[in-house]
Amino acid sequence: MARAVSTKTKIGWTVVVWAVALVIFFPILYTIITSFKTEQEAIQGFSLIPSGTVENYVTVQTQRDYFKPFMNSVIISVGSTLLGVIIAVPAAWAMAFSPTRRTKDILMWMLSTKMMPAAAVLVPIYLIFLRAGLLDSRIGVTIMLMLVNLPIIVWMLYTYFREIPGEILEASRMDGASLWNELVYVLTPMAIPGIASTLLLNIILAWNEAFWTIQLTTTNAAPLTAFIATFSSPQGLFWAKLSAASTLAIAPILIMGWFSQKQLVRGLTFGAVK
Amino acid sequence: MTLKAILAGAASLLALSAVARAETLTIATVNNGDMVRMQGLTEDFTSKNPDIQLEWVTLEENVLRERVTTDIATQGGQYDVLTIGNYEVPIWAKQGWLLPLDKLGDDYDADDLLPSIRGGLTVDGKLYAAPFYGESAMIMYRTDLFEKAGLKMPESPTWEFIGDAARKITDRSADINGICLRGKAGWGENMAFVTALANSFGGRWFDEKWQPQFDQPEWKDALQFYVDLMKDAGPAGASSNGFNENLTLFQQGKCGMWIDATVAASFVSDPKNSTVADKVGFAIFPTKEGVDNHGNWLWSWNLAVPASSKKADAAQKFIGWATSKAYTDLVASKEGWANVPPGTRTSLYNNDEYKKVAAFAEPTLKAMQAADITKPSVKPVPYTGGQFVAIPEFQALGTTVGQLFSAVVAGQSSVDDALTAAQSTATREMTRAGYIK
Repeated sequence: MARAVSTKTKIGWTVVVWAVALVIFFPILYTIITSFKTEQEAIQGFSLIPSGTVENYVTVQTQRDYFKPFMNSVIISVGSTLLGVIIAVPAAWAMAFSPTRRTKDILMWMLSTKMMPAAAVLVPIYLIFLRAGLLDSRIGVTIMLMLVNLPIIVWMLYTYFREIPGEILEASRMDGASLWNELVYVLTPMAIPGIASTLLLNIILAWNEAFWTIQLTTTNAAPLTAFIATFSSPQGLFWAKLSAASTLAIAPILIMGWFSQKQLVRGLTFGAVK
Repeated sequence: MTLKAILAGAASLLALSAVARAETLTIATVNNGDMVRMQGLTEDFTSKNPDIQLEWVTLEENVLRERVTTDIATQGGQYDVLTIGNYEVPIWAKQGWLLPLDKLGDDYDADDLLPSIRGGLTVDGKLYAAPFYGESAMIMYRTDLFEKAGLKMPESPTWEFIGDAARKITDRSADINGICLRGKAGWGENMAFVTALANSFGGRWFDEKWQPQFDQPEWKDALQFYVDLMKDAGPAGASSNGFNENLTLFQQGKCGMWIDATVAASFVSDPKNSTVADKVGFAIFPTKEGVDNHGNWLWSWNLAVPASSKKADAAQKFIGWATSKAYTDLVASKEGWANVPPGTRTSLYNNDEYKKVAAFAEPTLKAMQAADITKPSVKPVPYTGGQFVAIPEFQALGTTVGQLFSAVVAGQSSVDDALTAAQSTATREMTRAGYIK
């Protein structure tokens, strides 16, 4: 039975959670507010009330095409995530259900690749991409982001798979299920919430990735991160336009996150309580 | 098949082959007003050159530099035209990363380029980049505040005068700061100003043997003067102010003086953005009494062709168009004379129509002519560059020293400590890089 919680405590916690959420969300909120200010207002100091101009959005639209980088972002983030999950499901399955002495080490090693600064391998990767003809191609960036996020995908799936009792898989094997059937018809349906949140989280990560997507693209494959970078400038007034470009770039992922937050939260806390 | 159909087929084939032959130039550029304006006017170029198409990659300055250096160093060939500063041009040209520009067109008139600018882009007698717009530094001051304080800006002001005037104008109760200067750390931020200041105090970064000179009295005088002035007459939080922040302060009427890039002159005189547009006067960068040096600040944004480009001829054709006199006329006809890119051609400053709309034309030209980046200091130096030192190591070193000086302005460290630290850091870095034997 759930513990009885007094109304006072409930209200207290609600206020605290709202406050924390507001602090975390504030930078995004302020970006959105700034995008509706004129350039003069934008730099005149702190204010939460914009004049409501849409001039920045018009300028951003006329200066740069939004649709192409948007489509690139969609293709790259969704593509890299799907590719990553396809590779990671068998890997995580093997690690979760037939662990060896080295499984933990391999997992740690995979995670450790995330600790290396990306800039350290820029030139070798650039050369590989150049020789393979992958520079400024969607396929190239998709593969790169898949590789960047693969450790996280494997780790997440591994954690979810561990929550699934191995006996169920054994039972299916006893019933004569092949390896393929076991993976597709038994394991995957049970891990759907986990896989869904892995997909969502990694799409968000890939959408926001701003090192490789800028370094490896020029015009054809440049996603929204490059679109934002276009509006950054050391001289002259640009805050409001930059905010408008940023708002346009994060809007799709923000909306997606909003609609899928139930899935996200369920997936992220999946397995947290035994 | 009728003759008509055959002809139509042949025509469409011809059209197709024309499209197939079209070259696409990828142009890497920075986001500033003049560059954005150019992107809007390129139809003039593409209609004259139907076989060339243009693709733009606009990035923030530092990202662009990182991106382009990777591409050049690996011979990536992703870009055909680059926008780079006059800091990079001599360094990159010597590395063999840029192609000499010798096909800019017969009517290009390279002799019309301002000699000081052209000099900075020429290596071994060859032009490696064409200037798109150029700037020096000068004093922008409030004529009304000067009048009120009974001051008159001299023809060639000294730092002593500037210091006195700034303290006199300062009125903290009315939120008026005597002077606004850069304080934000960075080789292209506070160090641009501080290096020019040190030049005008008779200082230099290195002696002929590449020994750093921060332990010399000129640096101490210059830095002490700057720090005291910011304390007495500068705005609050000056250590985090860069070009943009000072521009805003000045436009809102909160600075009596501002010494910065000449390109700001058009921004502060623009009544749409500036509350003090009709009260701004201009004067040449100050010098120390007895030292004939006005800082030698010179910057230009230039277009160059990387050695890795596979479309060098078309790229030069484009550069020839974008930096020509005809382009200046094109901007003037479409957007007015006040909006033409300044600081590259002598002819612009002889143009009466330009002088009529741009009150800052004359002082800008004077400032640019006074700047000589081959002789930044009154003392001999082994380097070129005015508000920077044109060696690859300067970006990192300048920023490190900039952080030390910014900390002094913020009150976190003393002038002596900062100079000692700067001296030892610079000595270490220059020894490591092999300059000091």
